[in-house]
Amino acid sequence: MSTRIATRNLWKEYGDQVVLERINLEVTAGEFCTIVGASGCGKTTFLRLLLGEEAPTRGRILIDGEPLPAEPGPDRGIVFQRYSVFPHLTVLGNVLLGLELRAAPVTGRLFGSARREARDLASQMLDAVGLGRALDKYPDALSGGMQQRLALAQSLVMHPRVLLLDEPFGALDPGIRSDMHELVGRLWRENDLTVFMTTHDLREGFHLGTRLLVFDKLRHDPQAPNAYGAGITYDLPVERADQRVLKEIAAEVAHAEALAPHEAHVT
Amino acid sequence: MRRLINRRPSRGTAVLLGLLPFLLLVLVYLIASDARLAENPNDKLLPGFGTLGESIQRLVLEPSKRTGEIELWADTWASLRRLAQGVGAAALIGLGFGILLGALPLARAAMAPFVASLSLIPPLALLPILFIVFGLEELSKVVLIVFGITPVIVRDLQQRVQELPREQLVKAQTLGGSTWQIVLRVILPQILPRLIDAVRLSLGAAWLFLIAAEAIAATEGLGYRIFLVRRYLAMDVILPYVAWITLLAYVTDFGLKQLSRLLFPWYHGKEGRA
Repeated sequence: MSTRIATRNLWKEYGDQVVLERINLEVTAGEFCTIVGASGCGKTTFLRLLLGEEAPTRGRILIDGEPLPAEPGPDRGIVFQRYSVFPHLTVLGNVLLGLELRAAPVTGRLFGSARREARDLASQMLDAVGLGRALDKYPDALSGGMQQRLALAQSLVMHPRVLLLDEPFGALDPGIRSDMHELVGRLWRENDLTVFMTTHDLREGFHLGTRLLVFDKLRHDPQAPNAYGAGITYDLPVERADQRVLKEIAAEVAHAEALAPHEAHVT
Repeated sequence: MRRLINRRPSRGTAVLLGLLPFLLLVLVYLIASDARLAENPNDKLLPGFGTLGESIQRLVLEPSKRTGEIELWADTWASLRRLAQGVGAAALIGLGFGILLGALPLARAAMAPFVASLSLIPPLALLPILFIVFGLEELSKVVLIVFGITPVIVRDLQQRVQELPREQLVKAQTLGGSTWQIVLRVILPQILPRLIDAVRLSLGAAWLFLIAAEAIAATEGLGYRIFLVRRYLAMDVILPYVAWITLLAYVTDFGLKQLSRLLFPWYHGKEGRA
């Protein structure tokens, strides 16, 4: 398998606040990376860099060896914690949208047989996430978990090279969350995806992916808390991480959380 | 005894309570009118219901001796046409510029301060200029309405576009949308129900500008008639005209609300937004 995403000495600063520093990473196609860390440690910033919504202050990001485009595009799908689906479109319309935008640059709509084909594709995708019976509902009528399923289907129908999940289950009940873990795991295997997922839930991070990335500050100056950014403190394959290491990580994340209680919770 | 903030009227009680102020107004009018008429049977200021009824009958049924038309209908038609043209043009311009300023930071940087300044000019102060430039005919009245309400609609819609969650716009880009496609399929359909809201809110101002323009220079129209008969203290005409304008405004507002519910069911979701 080839390298899908690579970062070379990546830095991100906002003014004099350093958020991320020296991020060097090679991620092979097909990996499922979960990113954990304390609030405000830069997990979401890292995802926004991969998305192209923010530009790195220094360093480079490569996708399949090419520089990453400077804005979001169809090769990178995203599911946010909230607001990922379009309230004015039905469930089917939400999944159709990407197909329509790709095929109809001027009108953004498909008609006739092209629309029927796209409709079949979209409803297959919706069957796969368990929304095959809700095609004509509006998102407002769906539960939080169902909306996230819809957001997944909407992204996956485009067959993105990388799927980014930004705390996708953060707002869901624990029971629904485990259903969603199963679903995401299955979609990942079936669609041959490369996934980056940030999460606040350490257990989710420890069990769901193939590779665990822990973000934390490598250096800390108590007089200038913004002077140093976070780096990757642990990078390990999930199956090789034993209980002792996981406990260690949990303790460190809790410690970092306690150090930075005043920092805004960046989600 | 429950707290006052927890006591809610039943449906029937709510209707009765809603009617109460109207009934009170009628009662107060009746008493005041009776008192004045008792002192002077020729009083014109607060005509009795009998006089009002007669003059309404005359307004609705009898053609004018001068033009052969029924004046109320001719006035209504003239005013509604001006209002529809003015509000329609303002809505279209407002929609276009609202989306432009809301969606494109470059357009916003270039035009938002200008629009903000325009919206601070009192439209009525421009009326003489409009009369000079566009003449005393229809156009100047329509332009006054457009000038009066467009800046408000533009700024409101710009705000509504900027309030769309950032996540949606990013998501649309990850689905391959271009700027044009995102405006067409994501922004425009979500702004249309908000345009109806903005138009509903600006209708009051539109009527104000319409009646002001008609009062100054017109040959027909609801505002023209009211200001014409004011010279004869003809309250028996003015009062029905005011009630009629109020009814027209109410029906327009109600119609727009229903239209929005019909066209944009997703917008009027479970929270029951107005």
